Amino acid sequence: MSDEEDDLILSDLNDEELVEQMFDDLYDGLKEEIEEGVNILLERGWEPYRILTEALVGGMTVVGKDFRDGILFVPEVLLAANAMKGGMAILKPLLAETGAPTIGKMVIGTVKGDIHDIGKNLVSMMMEGAGFEVVDLGINNPVETYIEAAAAENADIVGMSALLTTTMPYMKVVIDQMVEQGIRDDYIVLVGGAPLNEEFGKAIGADAYCRDAAVAVEMAKDLIARRHNQRAAG
Amino acid sequence: MATPDATTLTDTGWQDTGKGQVLLIACGALAREILDLKARNGWDHLDLVCLPAILHNRPEKIPEAVRDAVERHRAGYDAIHVVYADCGTGGLLGAECARLGVEMVAGPHCYAFFEGVDAFAARDEATAFYLTDFLVRQFDAFVWKPLGLDRHPELRDMYFGNYETLVYLAQTEDATLTERARTQAERLGLAFERRPTGYGDLETTLRGWAAR
Repeated sequence: MSDEEDDLILSDLNDEELVEQMFDDLYDGLKEEIEEGVNILLERGWEPYRILTEALVGGMTVVGKDFRDGILFVPEVLLAANAMKGGMAILKPLLAETGAPTIGKMVIGTVKGDIHDIGKNLVSMMMEGAGFEVVDLGINNPVETYIEAAAAENADIVGMSALLTTTMPYMKVVIDQMVEQGIRDDYIVLVGGAPLNEEFGKAIGADAYCRDAAVAVEMAKDLIARRHNQRAAG
Repeated sequence: MATPDATTLTDTGWQDTGKGQVLLIACGALAREILDLKARNGWDHLDLVCLPAILHNRPEKIPEAVRDAVERHRAGYDAIHVVYADCGTGGLLGAECARLGVEMVAGPHCYAFFEGVDAFAARDEATAFYLTDFLVRQFDAFVWKPLGLDRHPELRDMYFGNYETLVYLAQTEDATLTERARTQAERLGLAFERRPTGYGDLETTLRGWAAR
């Protein structure tokens, strides 16, 4: 059989088949195919938010699950993320135009002394996919940057990331400073990064340690909902 | 005894035991350096067990591996010392060593103790990617392949885009290794710096243990 005969024509697939194929393409990190799939669904009249949640986030959830289960490894997750990013780039301006729902705002950054941003970028992307507005502070952030950005952006969540055992203690510096300024309870503080664990998260006074991007999204949704409930009850 | 090859030290570990009264349980990445110090100083009373260096790619497994080795060998020695620094275990290896009553090398990792823990900390280099003699030899096994760059070189800048310089912390004078390190810097798209360290705090620590 020739390669040509092997080629799948995405536009020939019905919606259900196409979304299923996009899951596979995302899993395989095929950026161009994902971009094509997104454009086809837009042409068929799908709302950008629906494409984001059903096709892209749905596909990345499968990738995240297999990463957690040790079936996929970091390089494959990065390829998948890169493919999703391609799709997101098309959808983002449209989402802004159509006023897609926002369930909370997060400022996120890698802590001072640390330049690793792969985990942070994955979390940012998945949070955006889940309907959060994300302000990415980048890498190597001192305490002032977190606190000033959280206030300026009127954020609900402050996210901190670190890859090194030598830099992760800086998260406590940020939280201690928030306590000292009396603003700790104004925000949900989420922390994550390869060397962290739940015990560390508790010890430094974070609201939650997130072992991966999918957990970060679930934690964020859960804690935002609890905050709303508490405020409603109060 | 011949120095074990780097692949053995990476994947399976190695040991030279049954001769001394003091045992060093070390990372395989340090075997060559420890054997050299032993030979130069006549520390024949120090035996050596090296755990697979590749444990560094899963540092959460190091404390358990060290504990197993200590328990396996404890009966045969007057003293056991652990030739690891914290090595990405976030204090867990230190806690395990304290529980076992054995000493370990001070510092966050071998990059720091080769240069000297205080001198390394004072540099405060966030954008440096470090290699040692061992890692230059085993670059593909520790860096290139685990990051998938052999299959997906396009991911390089996602991993290394925020780094600026590959710093080769050189334990020995070896022109071949230096050239390899320089090439590795090019492959990662980073500037290159060679920084001779000798054995740094590793030598000082072993000297103290050997003299007891």
